[in-house]
Amino acid sequence: MEEGCAEVAGIDDVARALERTSGGGVILTSLDAIQDWARGYSLWMMPMGTACCAIELIAASFSRFDFDRHGSIPRPDPRHTDVMIVAGTICTRMAPAVKRLWDQMPDPKWCIAMGNCAVSGGIFYYDTYSVVRGVDQFLPVDVYITGCPPRPESLQDGILRLREKVRAESASPSRTREIEGVLPLPSDAPRGEAGESE
Amino acid sequence: MNITELREYLCTQYPDLCPLFSIEFGDGVLTVPSDRLGEAMCSLKDLGFDFLGMLTAVDYGDEFELVYRLRAREMHLGLFLKTRVPREAPHIRSVTALWPSANWHEREVFDLFGIVFDGHPDLRRILLPDDWVGHPLRKDYEDPNIIRRPDYL
Amino acid sequence: MSVPSDIDREAMVVPADCLEAAESLREVGAQDGRLTPEGDEDHLVVNIGPSHPSTHGVCRIVVELDGEIVVRAEPVIGHLHRGIEKMAENRTYMQVMPLTDRLDYVGSMYANWAYCRAVERLTGIRVPERAEYIRVIVCELQRIASHMMSIGSTGADTGAFTAFMYAFVQREKVVDLFEAVCGARLTYNYVRPGGVAADLPEGWEEKCRAFIEQHPTAMVELDRLLFGNVIARARLKDIGVLDPATAVAWGATGPVARGSGVDWDLRRDDAYSVYPRFDFDVPLGERGDCYDRARVRLWECVQSCRIIGQALDQLAECEPGVIKADGLPRLLAPRPGDAYDHIESARGSLGVYLVSDGSVRPYRMKVRSPAFANLALLPMLARGHTLSDLVVVLGSLDPVFGEVDR
Repeated sequence: MEEGCAEVAGIDDVARALERTSGGGVILTSLDAIQDWARGYSLWMMPMGTACCAIELIAASFSRFDFDRHGSIPRPDPRHTDVMIVAGTICTRMAPAVKRLWDQMPDPKWCIAMGNCAVSGGIFYYDTYSVVRGVDQFLPVDVYITGCPPRPESLQDGILRLREKVRAESASPSRTREIEGVLPLPSDAPRGEAGESE
Repeated sequence: MNITELREYLCTQYPDLCPLFSIEFGDGVLTVPSDRLGEAMCSLKDLGFDFLGMLTAVDYGDEFELVYRLRAREMHLGLFLKTRVPREAPHIRSVTALWPSANWHEREVFDLFGIVFDGHPDLRRILLPDDWVGHPLRKDYEDPNIIRRPDYL
Repeated sequence: MSVPSDIDREAMVVPADCLEAAESLREVGAQDGRLTPEGDEDHLVVNIGPSHPSTHGVCRIVVELDGEIVVRAEPVIGHLHRGIEKMAENRTYMQVMPLTDRLDYVGSMYANWAYCRAVERLTGIRVPERAEYIRVIVCELQRIASHMMSIGSTGADTGAFTAFMYAFVQREKVVDLFEAVCGARLTYNYVRPGGVAADLPEGWEEKCRAFIEQHPTAMVELDRLLFGNVIARARLKDIGVLDPATAVAWGATGPVARGSGVDWDLRRDDAYSVYPRFDFDVPLGERGDCYDRARVRLWECVQSCRIIGQALDQLAECEPGVIKADGLPRLLAPRPGDAYDHIESARGSLGVYLVSDGSVRPYRMKVRSPAFANLALLPMLARGHTLSDLVVVLGSLDPVFGEVDR
């Protein structure tokens, strides 16, 4: 881990050095552009579909709405994928399996919470004894898609927003941009919490 | 056979159960005490009730009421059988030997209510993990994880 | 090049994180499902699921294998147990309606209808005729949509992914019709106690007729594409054979029972709503294998088109605009008592048992789910087949885990 941190710090130093030289900025932006293009336009997804939203996820992948044109194909194996789309209610019995599959995904990885149940527990928030109220209780969610179930167009919009978030990242971490949330923040909300996820 | 003939037959066979047989919406409802459940089930099976559709329980405070829904397909007859077991000793005979479909239904009732079915080949929890404590569908089930829905009425 | 006569097991190195994951799986699952071989000690116990592309939802199956042959297959369910029956006890009768959508989410229309019939039986509400016809039309359309999903996944299980795409074309057309009627694509909440939520929009009947005109041709095409394929036939025929006596004894209903030749359809034998006014056939299988079950589903879609056509004709003679019973109170509070009613869903006999104590909330709601009863057959049907056939058998039982686990 410490070696990894040293490497990362090294990249930041190199990046700063490049910025100071003339023409160095072009190299950095080109590297970032290549990384964004490679990652953002081929986000292979792991469909963690448990309930009703899984049907809409399937419908979104098929010929009418066609996920493939965004570069996303569903792969059942977590080790081949970049994005885990959690579609459907996660129960306490299912949560360890989801967490284990998330851990098996290689970095860089992102998570989309699709549907009200994955966002917050949804319609199953009250009176249940076996539902995890929102998948962000144990996974770091990047994009929340609300809806019960969300339309396939909403899901595709979610992938496009994730692509914007991926493009904000950079090979050197100090140059990573913040993504503005879509909804206006309340004035007393802490800036860091709402800025990360839309 | 139609429902009135069934009622007459059961009244001749079990005269003390006859006042417990009622006809609602064209379906017969037979209420039996829990110790006579076995013989009633066997005789109904011999009569032609070959399909056990549903088996469930209701928590009435001091007692659990078990509701069985039987069907005789050839005769186009449906019948409810109800029996009660006390809350302190919720034991009842299993009907898995008569209708194998009762296997999973009885496991579910055991899981959610805690009623023990004697003679069941494999009585384990089915919907909840095996190490879950408590039986959720009982009315006195307490769980700190439950958030009660506010009464908006 | 020489081929080694025996596999050198010491030379196969298992990565450490796989071992760790495997160990923790054995710990977590040690209580659930019997994970030690019950037959010969050489048998291998393998875990399939709960997240698996072929399990049609969250189903975990503990499989004991003798080489490639399944000796024991035990489904471990409950990964989608959301406690809907418990939730229903703290909601009014109308507030329970959206929960019924999420039970059988591939067929929300008839899940709503089963609950509404139980409420209407309990309260004595009479549904107007136009609403009954609309209910029949949307439920038969829902049957088509659900069977398209099922036949498509049967194809996907055998590797014929193209058939899934073709079946989904038909499903998308049905879902478009539903979107026009109630605004939702999947969880409709359209059939309400006393009638339906809203009347059919203008021009909907023509669109529906256009759909049922092209659907039988599409079914013939799908039949030739999927069931005419020699590989699909080899993978589906004589797999998971279920004889009629076992089907009835184990409580199987719907296409699973009809595929074995059990001639029982609630729409005809225990006719409810306006079904006695329609003329339709009930497809039956002969051998009770996966092939027959899937083809029963396919031909049920064609029969559904017949019913819809007749219903649309008879709908024109109904009083327009009356789609809900008069004088329904805003809060339903039925008399104390209980009621059970069932309908023929795409999976079998879906029933709802309601107990009322006179208040505005149900005292107990129990859903008799056909997929739960059908899934109990899996250990018997899969025994003796290979592991790849286990997946096909599970698909042919057509489980929807919202309904199985509730």
